[in-house]
Amino acid sequence: MSRKKFPFYPGCTLKTKAENFERSGLAVTRALNLELIEPERWNCCGTVFSLTDDDLIHHVAPIRDLIRIEEMNKNGIVDESRVVVFCSMCYNTLKRANLRVKENDEDLEKINNLMYREDDYKKSIEVIHLMQLLQEIGFDKIKEKVKKPLTNLNVAPYYGCMLLRPKEVGIDDPEDPVIQDELIMAMGANPIDYPYKKVCCGSYQTVHEKEAVAGLTYDILTNAQNEGADVVITSCPLCAFNLDNRQKEVKKTHPEFREMPILYFTQLMAIAFDLDEKTYGFDLNYIDPKPILKSKNLL
Amino acid sequence: MNKELTIMERIAEASKSITTGVDEKDVKHWVTIHIMGRGYKVPADLTILTAIEYAGYKFIKGCGCRQGFCGACSTVYRSKGEYKLKTGMACQTRVEDGMYLVQIPFTPAEKPPYDINKEEYDVSTIFKFYPEVARCVSCNTCTKACPQDLEVMDYIQAIIRGDFELTANESFDCIQCGLCAIRCPSEIVQYNVAQLARRMYGRYNSPEPKNLIDRLKEIKEGKFNKEMEKITSLSRKELEKLYAEREREADEPIESAEAD
Repeated sequence: MSRKKFPFYPGCTLKTKAENFERSGLAVTRALNLELIEPERWNCCGTVFSLTDDDLIHHVAPIRDLIRIEEMNKNGIVDESRVVVFCSMCYNTLKRANLRVKENDEDLEKINNLMYREDDYKKSIEVIHLMQLLQEIGFDKIKEKVKKPLTNLNVAPYYGCMLLRPKEVGIDDPEDPVIQDELIMAMGANPIDYPYKKVCCGSYQTVHEKEAVAGLTYDILTNAQNEGADVVITSCPLCAFNLDNRQKEVKKTHPEFREMPILYFTQLMAIAFDLDEKTYGFDLNYIDPKPILKSKNLL
Repeated sequence: MNKELTIMERIAEASKSITTGVDEKDVKHWVTIHIMGRGYKVPADLTILTAIEYAGYKFIKGCGCRQGFCGACSTVYRSKGEYKLKTGMACQTRVEDGMYLVQIPFTPAEKPPYDINKEEYDVSTIFKFYPEVARCVSCNTCTKACPQDLEVMDYIQAIIRGDFELTANESFDCIQCGLCAIRCPSEIVQYNVAQLARRMYGRYNSPEPKNLIDRLKEIKEGKFNKEMEKITSLSRKELEKLYAEREREADEPIESAEAD
């Protein structure tokens, strides 16, 4: 059976600091018989969805990306008008910009007027997160692909903000999300429920307010550890950076703090699917996940 | 008097306006252009560069090769009745009736010094020297301004995600005229960013040529010292003779080149 071809928007961070997210994610989707195709030309998604009413210039970037996806459809490169996004930030920005222009023709006209050689955006694209695609495939189907169940691994799902808020673009109930818990169970691991799973990680404050972000990292991770978590999973490179790298600062103020690995959910899936170790990409994780995974006989 | 010209006189001679001496009655078609707000009647077949000279201005800056290669004669103009601000090289753009124009002889932009051998081949080096690239909003104004028709925004976006190869290739034909940087609402200096990217790509991603390394080693070991000493001690006459009688490869006949 030929693989179904989806357009895939990687985003800048998946090409640099979160290259392990892209590598493991593409390996996992390939194992699920999907082909994700990157547009030949694309730009930054805009990173943060601008909330200022008349600040249309900051929506040009995401809409231009959606035009590129329409071009892929027009040229028959993909079978789907739904673009798959891994990074929570890109997902949130692209999806909200898409919603805004779909609901506001005047905004779209102004943005289209700023384009150059591109066709106008025809509003034909849907933005979906990889986790939604996995849900659509079915967690029972994913369970069938698991060759190495993550038995005895206690996994805390971290949602952060971008997957859940605002609710128009959230992939699950913003108050009580369970989608990652279902994925964790499908991989044979134990999902850890903890109140801090949807608390903000501090986001870009990490640039100027390291200590404030370290404080949030401490709260979130100790909360997960108190419920018995071995590792935390996320789908946001910025959350991953804060929760992972800021443990260094946490150690300074809380010497008793026990460091723990932060993984992209796709890295755990690659292990559960027993894919080539090269696809795990642990070299880019700040806290080395190998010791805990070895202690559970998963490596 | 057949006096030898000084270098400055030769340069002045070479850059003399080619329109000097045109007789008004020989010109059939005329247009009016506005240079810095003042109107001038000029022959319709001139480029902006030659039209400015025709109007009586003398370039001491903002004019170079006159062939569209050097990027020195950036122009910003508006066509009659149009709101759009257009850009081009004065030597490559023909005058239009009713146009308003000004020359941009220099783009103010800092160019930080760096030692290519000491920098990491990574996107972090780009952000270190040019942090403003992160401000790009993908508006594409740079691409619209580029007289070389480069995909300027695409190469800036490529370097943001660390794609040195794409940036190097897409920016290869840049003539550093600075029009992208002048128009950029995010105040990025695209051509300097691209130059750093190309240098890094060349330094870290191209294989070192073996013949060059071997030859450098030979030079260091003094293989050519004797011959150099011999040449530098010759008189001008002896040198001219040596040059005229030098061994040289024969020109390839065109047929045999085609047969290859």
